[in-house]
Amino acid sequence: MQGNSIGFWILAALCIAAAVQVVANRNPVRSALALVGVMCCLSVFYFAQGAEFVGAVQVIVYAGAIMVLFLFVIMLLNLGAPNPMMDRVGLSKPVALLASAVLLGSLAFAGALKIAPGRAVKSPVSGTVQQIGYALFDPGRPWLFAFELTSVLLLVGVVGAVVLAQRRSD
Amino acid sequence: MVIPNFSIGPLHLLDVLPYVAIVTILGVILLLTPFLVWYERVALALIQDRLGPNRVGPRGLLQAFADGIKLFLKEDIRPSAIDATIYYAAPVLMMIPALAACAVLPVADLRIDMGGGRIEAIPFVVGNVNIGILYLLGLTSLQVYGIVLAGWASNNKYSLMGGLRSSAQTISYELSMTMAVLTGVLISGSTNMVEIVRSQAGTVADWNIAKFLPLGFIATVVYLIAMVAETNRAPFDLPEAESELVAGFHTEYSSMKFAMFFMCEYASMLVISGVATALWFGGWNSPHPALNFVPGFVWFILKVVAFVMVYVWVRATLPRLRYDALMALGWKRLLPIALAALVLTATWDAVRTPADKKSGWPVIEAPHDADKPVARASNAR
Repeated sequence: MQGNSIGFWILAALCIAAAVQVVANRNPVRSALALVGVMCCLSVFYFAQGAEFVGAVQVIVYAGAIMVLFLFVIMLLNLGAPNPMMDRVGLSKPVALLASAVLLGSLAFAGALKIAPGRAVKSPVSGTVQQIGYALFDPGRPWLFAFELTSVLLLVGVVGAVVLAQRRSD
Repeated sequence: MVIPNFSIGPLHLLDVLPYVAIVTILGVILLLTPFLVWYERVALALIQDRLGPNRVGPRGLLQAFADGIKLFLKEDIRPSAIDATIYYAAPVLMMIPALAACAVLPVADLRIDMGGGRIEAIPFVVGNVNIGILYLLGLTSLQVYGIVLAGWASNNKYSLMGGLRSSAQTISYELSMTMAVLTGVLISGSTNMVEIVRSQAGTVADWNIAKFLPLGFIATVVYLIAMVAETNRAPFDLPEAESELVAGFHTEYSSMKFAMFFMCEYASMLVISGVATALWFGGWNSPHPALNFVPGFVWFILKVVAFVMVYVWVRATLPRLRYDALMALGWKRLLPIALAALVLTATWDAVRTPADKKSGWPVIEAPHDADKPVARASNAR
């Protein structure tokens, strides 16, 4: 338990440092790389909680596919030179501050409410493939519909992208 | 071959086994790389009707060592306008996933005498984890960062083109590869590498390539094509196409940094061949029960070496693909075929499973009831 919490704090510090770099670094490629770091840290958190499947999927989907695409686009567009668009702040800074304050406040509130200090939250279900599958696809549970709806939503996104790209070319 | 479960002082065989596996597997992969380079050059020479390396050592066997020493002693050139941190980190970022992927490769099943005549099969693997195949997919997908970042940090047009090509290519072929792997997982009924290999015990007909005919075979072919593309080997070596991009992503790399890219290519070739062996070709299982007297790791190594031969053969035979042809093959041919194989396998599996074998949904407690019992299986439905 002691070793676990030491690992948690080291990893949490790493994760937050990387997350700050995502926002603070002026080089878009380094920002994206820091985001990859955050994803990997999150994945280790999932592993530490026993949610192996979610942890692995986190790496495969976010770090391995989505962030590669991000890097691809960043490199294709401006080759890593600092973007003058980032200097235009305007209204976005106060709005971002307000939004992050609200988020931080609600997270702190939820944390204070839910997790008493010193009480480790232990997940009763280990996140194996079978158990997640049973939980998601059980017709007696409310999640099947939402799950299928999400996949339809993703499909709509893909079809929409294809349609948009098609229109531009002719 | 039964091994007694012995212990030296406080060290018991079963506790030490994972560490023995780490040292053995990493050692074999790193030590095999020079011989693999030699193997490839000799095989290429045979196919192209040349002599190949024949100057250093008997039959040129030490040629790769001579090349290694040469690279080690070369000047470490640091180009001026690079992003230094990322430039130096890139070869390392490529090496780590390649070596870490060995952790779930099931090499052999040891028969260990647990005392009292009870013999148990203990897999010779570093980490016998339940999500083994997902771990492998995650690591192979991370490997592209090394190439992309090397190309970008070099601050060179050709390197950048190589990096961009690599990221597009890896994403495109990863989809087909994942679909093919999922088909294999469906056939075996497990995501654990050891279980996948154990499910293929018996004869050649029990290997995943021969199950669900022809679906298993189709998925295997898709996997084999995607695996060559994932390792950026010919005919999919567009990231380093020397006739158009100088040397692609590693143009600006010299001495040991270049050697690391070179070693990565061979290490990941070995690892990916090992995955193909475990997933489709029965892993450590012999092709026929009559050949069971040959130890499992021999079969595993033979199969991996055969795959490396396929890699070399393909490289010597096929010309490099044009870029649009590469994308068309990945998205318009392989992906639909892999998807169809996956869906058909799932349907076939669902139809042929007898109704009494279909288990009911086990009742799983909601995650926030921390004090309730873990999971109750119930077939009441």
